[in-house]
Formats: sequence, structure tokens, C-alpha cells
Amino acid sequence: MNIVAVTSCPTGIAHTYMAAEALEQAAKAAGHIIHVETQGSAGLDAVSPEVIAAADAVIFAADVEVRERQRFDGKPIVTGTVKDGINHAADLVSRAVAAAEANPADASAAAGPALATKVEEGASFGTQLRGWLMTGVSYMIPFVAAGGLLIALAFMIGGADVASQVNGGTFDGKTYEAIADPTKILAEVGLAGVLFKLGALAFGMLVPVLAGFIAFAMADRPGLAPGFVAGLVASAIGAGFLGGLVGGLLAGAVAMWLSRIQVPSAVRGMMPVLVVPLIATAVVGFLMLQVVGPPIADLQTALTDWLNGLDGASSIVLGLLLGGMMAVDLGGPVNKVAYTFGVAGVASGSFGPMAAVMVAGMTPPLAMALATVLRPKLFNDAERKAGESAWLLGGSFITEGAIPFAAADPLRVIPAAIAGSAVAGGLAMALDVTSRAPHGGIWVVGLIGNPVAYVAAILLGTGVSCAAVILLKSRRSSPAGAGSAGSASSTQAPRPAAQF
Amino acid sequence: MSDVITAEFVDLDLPATDKLAVTRALAQRLADGGRVSDLDGFLADVAAREEQMPTGLEGGIGIPHARSAHVTEPTLAFGRCREGVDFGASDGPAHLIFLIAAPDGGGSEHLKILASLARRLVYASFREALDQAPDAASAADLIRKEIAS
Repeated sequence: MNIVAVTSCPTGIAHTYMAAEALEQAAKAAGHIIHVETQGSAGLDAVSPEVIAAADAVIFAADVEVRERQRFDGKPIVTGTVKDGINHAADLVSRAVAAAEANPADASAAAGPALATKVEEGASFGTQLRGWLMTGVSYMIPFVAAGGLLIALAFMIGGADVASQVNGGTFDGKTYEAIADPTKILAEVGLAGVLFKLGALAFGMLVPVLAGFIAFAMADRPGLAPGFVAGLVASAIGAGFLGGLVGGLLAGAVAMWLSRIQVPSAVRGMMPVLVVPLIATAVVGFLMLQVVGPPIADLQTALTDWLNGLDGASSIVLGLLLGGMMAVDLGGPVNKVAYTFGVAGVASGSFGPMAAVMVAGMTPPLAMALATVLRPKLFNDAERKAGESAWLLGGSFITEGAIPFAAADPLRVIPAAIAGSAVAGGLAMALDVTSRAPHGGIWVVGLIGNPVAYVAAILLGTGVSCAAVILLKSRRSSPAGAGSAGSASSTQAPRPAAQF
Repeated sequence: MSDVITAEFVDLDLPATDKLAVTRALAQRLADGGRVSDLDGFLADVAAREEQMPTGLEGGIGIPHARSAHVTEPTLAFGRCREGVDFGASDGPAHLIFLIAAPDGGGSEHLKILASLARRLVYASFREALDQAPDAASAADLIRKEIAS
């Protein structure tokens, strides 16, 4: 059995080390492997994350607060005084063994979060970055699945106008008031409206959760608050998941840097819960609002003006452009400009652009889902699970279903998604597909003009994106590909011991 | 770096009094040897540590200790008391008393020596050897060798 122990005492020159020695002897005598971290005055000899991850049980023989205690969260822990460690070391060891045996699931459950927070120390920056992104993605996927499927279900049973009924807006000539009090939705719109609202709320958490857990992966718990707030700001300013990605990395970097500042021991205890979150949240939030936000607003204005000025362009070019824009950021500012353009067309009686936007918004999740089936080895566990729900999300025109893939590997997934969406959008415009519904995917096929071509555009776009993403991901040299895929998936792996 | 313990810091026949008197007797040796600059200041630091939690350990050991500004070099004083002195251990009085003096903010090399001494103290064989030591010089030798090993 693998045991990790921490010993500490007020002065840190005697008991700490006696307890360490006694525990080491007791564990050896009982046939266990033990690593002891002495938090004494001769410096903290920290045990490595790998050792902690591999431990079946943890012993704290400490009279003062164990430093960086959160490293051991989730493991079976037995505690005693430092004197227990010296005088009753064998007893502590057998208690630890009993705790591990009573709760073996704990040991492996702990591995997930414990490791998900720690990308290998010595890994290259690229591998670390991928580990951070995958941590954020793995925590975001449940929100994508739950929220997306609730919204899809709402469209299935409520029809294409559910969104307009709940959020307000014009649909097929009818104008709806937004429902201000969510508790009234059931009475006014019905169950579909409630499902839609719940799904929308869960979706509102996507970007904050992504950003929050990217920062958490980088800086541990002190990164959570700045990361979540950065994500909330990204959502609020319409910066989408790319904004959340940047915000999360920024928050993690600032929190990591602040945590490394040497401070007097009196203040040290306050750093992770108070000082670091406070300062990092203020700094990163300010940057997101003032520095990252305004260019995004300018970009949206410029794109909208540009699209509106494209009157003379051929409809195929317009379809290609709208389609590509839908996939550029999968729900971010550029996507929103294209979608708004389509919806504005519906309101003014021009139904072509809406159809182009809709098919283009459906292909990215569908293509990723197809790719995980055709080439499962190119994806890790989390992505394959995301692929399962991406079928329904894509079919329901919930482009966000592709975000887990894009967040984990933006440089390969986004170009592939753009290619297929542009093809789908262009084809829809070329074949005069129209849509009177502003949302709904395959569930509103009854409101589609030229439905056969509509389906053809979706299939072709899906095929193009799927082929492109498989091609791009396969081009990674295979050993490196296997390595980084392996380390990324091990952030999800239940047993971190599998990590090298 | 001076030796962490020499014969002059060993007293194999401490009178059975109380832990304050025993600690003072050992500290006096450190002061006489120039390792402690202010005897009363150092004793106050030791007493403060002792108040947090008694330093008596099972097996007849007392390890009064402190990190103190009045310590010039990390040093160990060792005393033996046949009758025993109460250091607050649950199983009875201490027969072997180690007074550990560490300078405040001392270099970590020095502190590592004290750490390795502390680690040796948990071995019954080491304690028995000290129990049997015939004179101060051999007790000091024994301790220095154990730390070096």
C-alpha cells in the first residue's frame, strides 16, 4: 500500500523529524511504501503530485495547520498529533491502511480532481497547456450535455417558437413579450418553456465553468474565483468560449504568479482564500471588461456593417461567409453576428440567410460526433463522451456541442468546422433553401423550404468537417500525438498512476 | 562549523529536580560554551515552547528546545537523570534529556543537522546506547556519529 504522510510541529526542529522517522520505520515494518513530507524549519520537502496521486491513504501527524492541504483532498486521511506520529506511529499506519481498505473508491476518486488540477510539472508548455484546457473542458461537458439536451427537448416538444415565447421576440409574424418571472413560464408556455429556460441557464454556465476550471488547473483553488469571473465577463460581453479560454488562461496565470510571491508567514494563510482570489479577480475582471471587451464590440459592429453592405454579392458567397462565421467561434461574437443577420432576415421576409446559418450551425457538432465514431483513437475519453451527446445537439442546431472539441484543440477543430459550415451554408443558399424558423434544427424541418436540399447541405457540410478534422488530427506525428493525447486523457483517468 | 555537541555540553548525572532546573543546568553549559549569548532570554524561549505542548515523549525522553535569537550556533546539550524528571510524557518521567538550541533564522544546513538528530532519537538502540554511555566524551561521540550516519 502507498502512504503519504505530513509531519509538522510548532517549532519545526524536533518533533517533525522524529515523527517522520517513526512513521517511515513503522510503515516499512508493516510492509508499506511511505513518503513523508516534513513541514519543518529545514524547509518544506514537498512530496510530488505523482506520489500524492498514487497514495492509497494520507497521514497527518501535525500540531499546526498542514500547508497546502488541498493537495490531499479526496484521499482517505487519518490525523493525529505529531506526538502520535512519534509514539504511536504503527497505530497511525494501521489506521491509514484500514481507512484505505474501508474506502478504496476514495483513493481512485481522489485521483481525478487531484490530478486534474496538476499538469505534470516537468512537461513541455504545450502539454501543460493542453492539460489545462482539457481540465476546463472536462468540467464543462456535463453542462453542455445537460443544457443542450434540455434545449433540444424543448424544441422537440414545444416547436420552433419556444425560444421566442420565453425570451421574447418575433416569430413567424407573432411578437412575444419576454417572460420576466421564470416561475410563470410553466403557466404561460408550458413544460417545453421550462425545459428551455433550464437548458438556457445551464448553457449560461458553459463559459464560466470552462474559464474557471482552466484557471483551477493552473493555479489550484486560488484560481477558481478569478477564472469563473473572467468567464462570466466573457459571457456578459459576448466574447463566447474563445473569450472564456483567454480569460481562464489569464486568470490562472495571474493567480499562479500571485501564489508564488513570498510573503511573511502571518499573511501566508490568507493568501489562497483571500488575497490571491481578490487581487486576481479584480485584475483579470478589469482586463476582460476594459481591454478584451471593447475590441469584441468593435468587431461585431464592423462585421454587421460589412454583412449589411454585401447586398450585391452573390447569394452563394453570402452563404459561404455566414456559414464560416457560424463556426469561427461556435457561439462567440462572430457567430452571433451571423446568427443575428439570419434572424433579421426572417423578420424582414428574407428566409435564405436563416437557412444557411442554421445548417452551418448544425454541422460542427455533427461532424465531431461522426469523427469520434469513425476514428475514436484520435479523441480522448472526455471527447468521445461529448461526441455521444453532440449528435442530438448538432441535430437541434446547438452549435455549442462542438465547443468541448474546439476548446481542447482549437487550432485543428476550428478550421475543420469552418470548412464544413461554409460548404453547408453556401450549398443551402445555392439550392434556395429557406427557413421560417429562427431555431430548432431538424425539429423544424416542416418550416423549411426545399427540405431535401436542407438535409443534403447538412450531410455534405458534416462530411467535409469530419474529414478535415480527422486529417488534421492524424497529421500530428504519431508518437507525439499518442503522448499528448495520453497525457490529456489521463487528466480524466480514474487512476493517475497510469501517468508516467 | 563547530561540533553540534561536545563533552562540555553533556551532563550524565543530572540531579532529580524538575524540568525547569534541569533545562537551566543544561542551558548553563551552552552559555558557558559560548553557544547561548543570553541564558535567561534563551530559557524564556524554551519555556514558551514548552508551554505550547510539553516535550516529553514516551520511552523516557524529554526534548526541550527552541529557535531563539540568543543562540549563536545550533547546538545540542544532553543530560541523563537516573531518577527521572517529569517532562509531561504520559508514561512517566524522562531519563534522557536533549536540549536543542537552534538560532533564529539559521541556515538550513545547520537545521538539517538538528533534523537528522531528531530522526535518530526514535531508535531504541540509540537511546539504550546513550543510557549505557560510560562518560561525557563517549556520549558526545556517540551522538555525533549517529548524526553523521
